[in-house]
Amino acid sequence: MTIPALDAVGAGPPDAAPAVPGPARRALAALTRNKLALAGALVLLALFAFCFLGPLLHPTDQIHTDLAQAGRAPGVGHPLGTTDLGYDQLGRLMYGGRTSLEVGLAAGLLATLLGTVYGAVAGYCGGWVDAVLMRITDAALAIPALFLLVVVATLITPSKPVLILIIASVAWLSPARLIRGEALALRSRDYLHAMRLMGGGGGRAVFRHIVPNAVGTVLVNATFQVADAILYVAYLSFLGLSVPPPAADWGSLLSAGITYTQVGHWWLIFPPGLAIVLVVAAFNCLGDGLRDAFDVRPAKG
Amino acid sequence: MTDPLLRVEDLHVEIAGRGGTVRALDGVDLTLAPGEALGIVGESGCGKTMTALSVLGLLPPGGRVTGGRILFDGTDLAAAPERVLRGIRGNTVGMVFQDPLTSLNPTVTLGAQVAEPLLLHRKVSRAEAWAKAEETLRLVGLPRPAERLRHYPHQLSGGMRQRVAIAMALICEPRLLIADEPTTALDVTTQHQILELLDELRTRLGMALILVTHDLGVIARRVDRVAVMYGGRIAERAPVRPLFAAPRHRYTQALFAALPDAATDAGRPLATVPGLPPSLTSRPTGCRFAPRCGFATDLCRAAEPELTDGLDGAAPADTAHAVACFHPADPAAGDPAAALLPPHPAGEAREPGTAGTLGNTGEPLLRLAGLSKTYPLHASPFARRGPGARGREISAVAGVSLTVRRGETFGIVGESGCGKSTLGRMVVGLEPPTAGSVHFAGRDLATLTKRELRAHRRRVQLMFQDSSAAMDPRMRVGAVLREPLVIQGIGDRAEQRRRVAGLLDDVGLPRGAVDRYPHEFSGGQRQRLGLARALALSPALVVADEPVSALDVSVQAQILNLMRALQREKGIGYLFISHDLAVVRHLADSVGVMYLGKLVETGPARQVFARPLHPYTRGLLDSANTPDPDAPPPVSPLGGETPSAAAPPSGCRFRTRCPRAAGLCATTEPPPTEPETPGHRVACHFPLTSAGSRGLSSG
Repeated sequence: MTIPALDAVGAGPPDAAPAVPGPARRALAALTRNKLALAGALVLLALFAFCFLGPLLHPTDQIHTDLAQAGRAPGVGHPLGTTDLGYDQLGRLMYGGRTSLEVGLAAGLLATLLGTVYGAVAGYCGGWVDAVLMRITDAALAIPALFLLVVVATLITPSKPVLILIIASVAWLSPARLIRGEALALRSRDYLHAMRLMGGGGGRAVFRHIVPNAVGTVLVNATFQVADAILYVAYLSFLGLSVPPPAADWGSLLSAGITYTQVGHWWLIFPPGLAIVLVVAAFNCLGDGLRDAFDVRPAKG
Repeated sequence: MTDPLLRVEDLHVEIAGRGGTVRALDGVDLTLAPGEALGIVGESGCGKTMTALSVLGLLPPGGRVTGGRILFDGTDLAAAPERVLRGIRGNTVGMVFQDPLTSLNPTVTLGAQVAEPLLLHRKVSRAEAWAKAEETLRLVGLPRPAERLRHYPHQLSGGMRQRVAIAMALICEPRLLIADEPTTALDVTTQHQILELLDELRTRLGMALILVTHDLGVIARRVDRVAVMYGGRIAERAPVRPLFAAPRHRYTQALFAALPDAATDAGRPLATVPGLPPSLTSRPTGCRFAPRCGFATDLCRAAEPELTDGLDGAAPADTAHAVACFHPADPAAGDPAAALLPPHPAGEAREPGTAGTLGNTGEPLLRLAGLSKTYPLHASPFARRGPGARGREISAVAGVSLTVRRGETFGIVGESGCGKSTLGRMVVGLEPPTAGSVHFAGRDLATLTKRELRAHRRRVQLMFQDSSAAMDPRMRVGAVLREPLVIQGIGDRAEQRRRVAGLLDDVGLPRGAVDRYPHEFSGGQRQRLGLARALALSPALVVADEPVSALDVSVQAQILNLMRALQREKGIGYLFISHDLAVVRHLADSVGVMYLGKLVETGPARQVFARPLHPYTRGLLDSANTPDPDAPPPVSPLGGETPSAAAPPSGCRFRTRCPRAAGLCATTEPPPTEPETPGHRVACHFPLTSAGSRGLSSG
């Protein structure tokens, strides 16, 4: 008898209790109980509101330069001062944040999607299919991502969609490996055997059984992927390989501001830097919370 | 009587968990005299393990003793600080756990592990401790102990590991040994050896023993007194003979009646206990068994019965037959199996004598011919495949031929590692055979096209041992049961829903179950779901791989009855794979006994069990623990252990353990013959026929 002694205790007659919510809702409930994750989610919400709704409260011109206003310290009219080209820094922070968040989110999610399917197929098929697919990812992982990004970004003029594709093309590797491991473990589960015995095929196995059961890992990984992607955008634009001006993002704001550190224009450095740190930390907190939420295994006890 | 060694008084244990606080023990009283053996029996969740663990202060996280005393040799262990408990554990109280695989450290040599308790508790040198370890290993019957000291646990078989675990518990010569399901993870023949060993050591060392088990057969001949637990309380406490002769508590009675051994008349359904054990999160009012008891009255539902010996209402003596029941059975009633339960309102329809006659008349449905499966030992593609590496393979199934008829139950019995599960997986098509063929309804499965194979899936289904692992935890029951219909494209959505509802009716689950997740159900209910899913495609054959081995006796009886009722209704054939002889004996029309990948004996179940022809079958039957304290000790229990399937013995694979083996057995593989009655085949040079059974009684 491998059933723990408490097994029979926890299982009541199923017709007596009210219907139990699905795994998604259970995870959400567990998430809201986790203080750190909740804080992360709230910070993210605030940052999104800041970037996308902020300009409604604080409208600024982010297209035309105004050299008469250049390099002002924070004060009335310009709560965070102005840049060397006379843009309002607070407005620029909102405007640039849109690019960072949009590109980061899209690239992170695209990478997760790609990696999940790739890894699930490799893990489920196993054998030589798995070997070939995984050697491809190993080879790709061997190339330093930043180097690759720089090379590609110099060959192609970056725009938002291009940035998304470039970043996703290097970021999908780690979820692919992660989900492949998960799929390897899941494919020997009895419920997959049972499905095969019903006559089900690989497509059903991957999309109806493996991916849903790996969804916890996928979601947790997705939050880290988005955080990473936001950092990649920042790296690239810090190196000047981002969307061309007058468009901006947090990385390019940092890059532009770094020139003026010597003259004490701190408002050009700290706000974008803080924003990057905040968004990445918030995504990581959320990810940790999600991991705890999905670790709650109701099957036990 | 001398002072008790252990006295547990009104013990209360609570375990705080996510789902609330569980009152695992609610007023348990036990005593144990020095040198006495006490058996604690009950189904899972009844608190028997908690009782054992609380003696050593080893409660799981969140668990604590909330009331009562545990007096061991005058010390109250319930109140004792950790330091005192540490001095007792492994020293004066030894403990043997269920799983020898996890209770030994895989990275430490056996010598170091066995010597460890001695080094902890006694001032001895390392050399002395190792010498003592060697002596103890010899005591527990480990062959070549001096050599074994330097071995690691993985180099031993399960039975040998359990011997080492026992040696660890014994090295400090404890006064009390607590054995928690010590043989549950072991094979029947090994189980028998370990129980014999415990028995012998107890008399030799004069220590007291607490044997915790769910198996009534295990304790029958091994203990002096028995405590039956239910819902965290002791339901009945008595010396072993009176208890087995005339159980008085209605729960104990029901447990006995649910044993497949009890219903030797295979045609009759087993007596079942309806419902489930109580959830202990809230304190129930009245008798805990009342909701499942056929004799319950309003008194039972209102007040909780105390343990009494029925004479004068005073606290019962330790050795009296005490029972906590308002309406106990008359002690003079006699045979427990005859003390039938009253008909349950929701009981299954009883049709005595109609089953078992269906078999043998149907046409052959499944025919296996020389079916074999070998696995290479080195599965890695980078492993050396040179001439030296060739032949390193495991012969899991070696040339099995059998026929299952339509509507028949064919039981496959054997110990773990005999290849019975692999056989089942080949029959359903999860594994391709290395050699031989599977013919289903006259067609060789190997010749089927992909499309035909897909269609064939409808006709053979597998029922898994662990239905919770066999169902996607993220799918609701409705989706789980509909999946086979969706895959096979049977009916539209509405029709599939109707079919699912019908399936739930068939297996006796409420229709509302479709909106729930598999993990919300108890083990027995999940097994019902597993059966429902296997039947969704209306198969002609269901391969059931140990479908009841994870279940409690009372629930097991429910599932067995259900399987049988559905078979009668739908004419399904079962290939029933199990290690449990009593279960197979109860359910099967024909039976096949497997040993190390070979089918050693096949035939009608009644004949095989009544007059086994193969020495292995005989040994298996002898090793089985019958729930009868007065059963004669087995004539010829099997000694030794199953050899590795990587290097099976030449000739007859059983010869290394066979009492009748001769030179011929080592050189020639015995062909299957039918020495007595047609249809009863045996693969043995010297079968136990009535004509040639001269050497049997002396073996």
